[in-house]
Amino acid sequence: MDKTVKAEGRSIDSAAPRETQSAAKSASRGRAKPPATTRLGVAKTYKLYINGKFPRTESGRYFTVVDSKGNIAANMCRASRKDFREAVLAARSAFSGWADASAYLRGQILYRVAEMLEARAEQFVTELKLMGVDKRTASREVTAAIDCLVYYAGWTDKYQQVFSAVNPVASSHFNFSILEPVGVVSVLTGQNSALLGFVEAIAPVIAGGNTAIALAPEQNPLCAISFAEVLHSSDVPAGVINILSGYRKELAEQFSSHMDINAIIANSNDASEIKIIQEQAANNIKRVIIRTKPIAPDPYQIIDVQETKTTWHPIGG
Amino acid sequence: MNKAAAPHTLNFDTGWAYSPAPESTDHVHIEDQYKLFIGGKFVAPKSGKYFDTINPANEKVLARVAQAGAADVDRAVTAARDAYDTDWSKMKPAERGKYIYRIARIIQERAREFAVIESMDGGKPIREARDVDIPLAAAHFFYYAGWADKLDYAFPCRTPQSLGVAGQIIPWNFPLLMAAWKIAPALACGNTVVLKPAETTPLTALKLAEVIEAADLPPGVVNILTGDGSTGAAIVNHEDVNKIAFTGSTNVGRIIQRALAGTDKRYTLELGGKAANIIFADAAIDQAVEGVVNAIFFNQGHVCCAGSRLLVQESVADEVIAKLKERMQTLIVGDPLDKNTDIGAINSAEQLERINAYLDLGLEEGAEMFQCGGKNPDKGYWCQPTLFTNVAQSHRIVREEIFGPVLAIQTFRTLDEAVAKANNTQYGLSGGIWTDKGAKIFSVGAKMRAGVIWANTFNKFDPTSPFGGYKESGVGREGGMHGLSAYLDLH
Repeated sequence: MDKTVKAEGRSIDSAAPRETQSAAKSASRGRAKPPATTRLGVAKTYKLYINGKFPRTESGRYFTVVDSKGNIAANMCRASRKDFREAVLAARSAFSGWADASAYLRGQILYRVAEMLEARAEQFVTELKLMGVDKRTASREVTAAIDCLVYYAGWTDKYQQVFSAVNPVASSHFNFSILEPVGVVSVLTGQNSALLGFVEAIAPVIAGGNTAIALAPEQNPLCAISFAEVLHSSDVPAGVINILSGYRKELAEQFSSHMDINAIIANSNDASEIKIIQEQAANNIKRVIIRTKPIAPDPYQIIDVQETKTTWHPIGG
Repeated sequence: MNKAAAPHTLNFDTGWAYSPAPESTDHVHIEDQYKLFIGGKFVAPKSGKYFDTINPANEKVLARVAQAGAADVDRAVTAARDAYDTDWSKMKPAERGKYIYRIARIIQERAREFAVIESMDGGKPIREARDVDIPLAAAHFFYYAGWADKLDYAFPCRTPQSLGVAGQIIPWNFPLLMAAWKIAPALACGNTVVLKPAETTPLTALKLAEVIEAADLPPGVVNILTGDGSTGAAIVNHEDVNKIAFTGSTNVGRIIQRALAGTDKRYTLELGGKAANIIFADAAIDQAVEGVVNAIFFNQGHVCCAGSRLLVQESVADEVIAKLKERMQTLIVGDPLDKNTDIGAINSAEQLERINAYLDLGLEEGAEMFQCGGKNPDKGYWCQPTLFTNVAQSHRIVREEIFGPVLAIQTFRTLDEAVAKANNTQYGLSGGIWTDKGAKIFSVGAKMRAGVIWANTFNKFDPTSPFGGYKESGVGREGGMHGLSAYLDLH
């Protein structure tokens, strides 16, 4: 099994198109350019991101992503139900640690993600260009994604103050309502804005102390998987964000039906998919957040995946 | 059942009997038959059908009420839509608020009548109906009335808009209070309402219709349909309803959530619970025992947030259980209209059957049952307060919502064990903590996955206090500023 996978991996590299090779080259900034005739580019193998590791899918399946010119951009892991369940386990295990982390720490870590993305901006511009986005738009998308992370980094220690309450009950009690993360959230991100859409979907989820399993956009998954590398180098604890690539039609039902997922966010315009998600979510009364169009970052997207907890205590001796 | 099991048997049967103190019913008027309240009038159901509502304490018929069919639901939704389009959504918010204030005031004026009818129709002790249900219902209208012209302040950088017609389905445990929880925020936010009270407790909702008539609300702003589950289903599935608010069991909530899939209808669900009430060794034990009694025996345990699981630290378990058994002997089960009664009638024959099935199940599973063995009245539906000890986390009486005066007691040694047991449930509505240490309240309170935490108290409610569950206990909050968002579009 292991050997087969390795052999497959090699064949991907040798079959990598010119664009991917040049992407690899451009990533090796600052080095002397080797003679084109002797140096073969080293293309990246795109894998899953589960529990802070980069495994291949346990199913051994793959699907091919083509670039804007019709060349093979990458063979992606076609994640299975089992991969998803592994990711849920990882997210559940990571939940209490992340939820209990101080708001200040979560803010610093999100800011660190922004720093790492800034440092790798060029890599994402290259990936976006490969998929047909023009250079200017690609640059704008990457900087918007960085700014989105900084925006939510700033919210981590503020949304609680804006949206919690001390409630003036009529009896002799002190009564207050605070927000707590809903738990493990599954995220089906939109097909457009491969990087920005993905970052906008998951940043408010983790800013509020939830853990997440996100599905990369099916036909445009490169940036989402590469973003895992950014997360991996940013002190985001293992399991807080898990990223899968695969067939949305196959995985949407798992994302919405799993009994240990507390909420699902789906960017979708597909009425039949929305209906399936909402039906499956009822299995365990999941919170369902459907976004039919992209929306600019705001704190209400943090609140969408928060629970309100109200505590009473008597006043008196 | 087994008096000898109690370490100290206090005999309250001899020499200490209370004289009967029945609440008078002569000032209460209940019609023989009630129609549906649609478009500001009481109208006969198109279905032509009526059903009896009985007093569960003596099984006597109180009145016949209409069974709303699909055609009646359609008529009510149309009336609500018309009222929304022509009156309610166009009215100045401050004026809307004044109508709701009127409702609050009239309920206060007629409070005693409401309390008596609530007790007669549902079986709850008059003391609870009088001191809890009715005053809180009035307070709810009063609180939300004031929000009507202040909504812009509740949601920074948003312009809240009403949703339209709200379909609301409420349970039988707090009939008028649940109606208030549903109607008050809906109206304050500018929506119109079609409300269905529970099949076994329709009377106070119909009396509320009289109040709405007396408050001179524009016709159709509030419509009240009596009926069974099929009426509720017709409301949920009606195409012109914009929002569903449901309080009831998790199973029905699941069916509703599924039925709403693929529609644009918004929903909030207040569902079941199996709350853990945790007593730490450092708690004020007598106070905690009182709290446990209130947590599980309030309203015959017909409370979704009831503290139906007691987790007691091992070192004080014997003391707590002994005191609890002693205290249970003083609880008076009987005539709900008697002002001395602590535990009234079980709401219906069906519910009594369900509770009794759980009592059998508990014994079958090997738990030890304790009841005081008081005598039940000859007529009506009754269940003596019950404890189960020697239970395991896997027992169904520990896992499932019984919705009766039945407490399952488990012990624990460490704080972490208590939290793990408390959270080991599909539910997450409420939880209790009894300790003398403030730091422990905050640490355990933060770890309990539940929407309402009562620390050194239990079963307290207030219109300003958001209520609602985590996990399978529901979606959304009712009460407080948080309860507004359920009835508003914020985009």
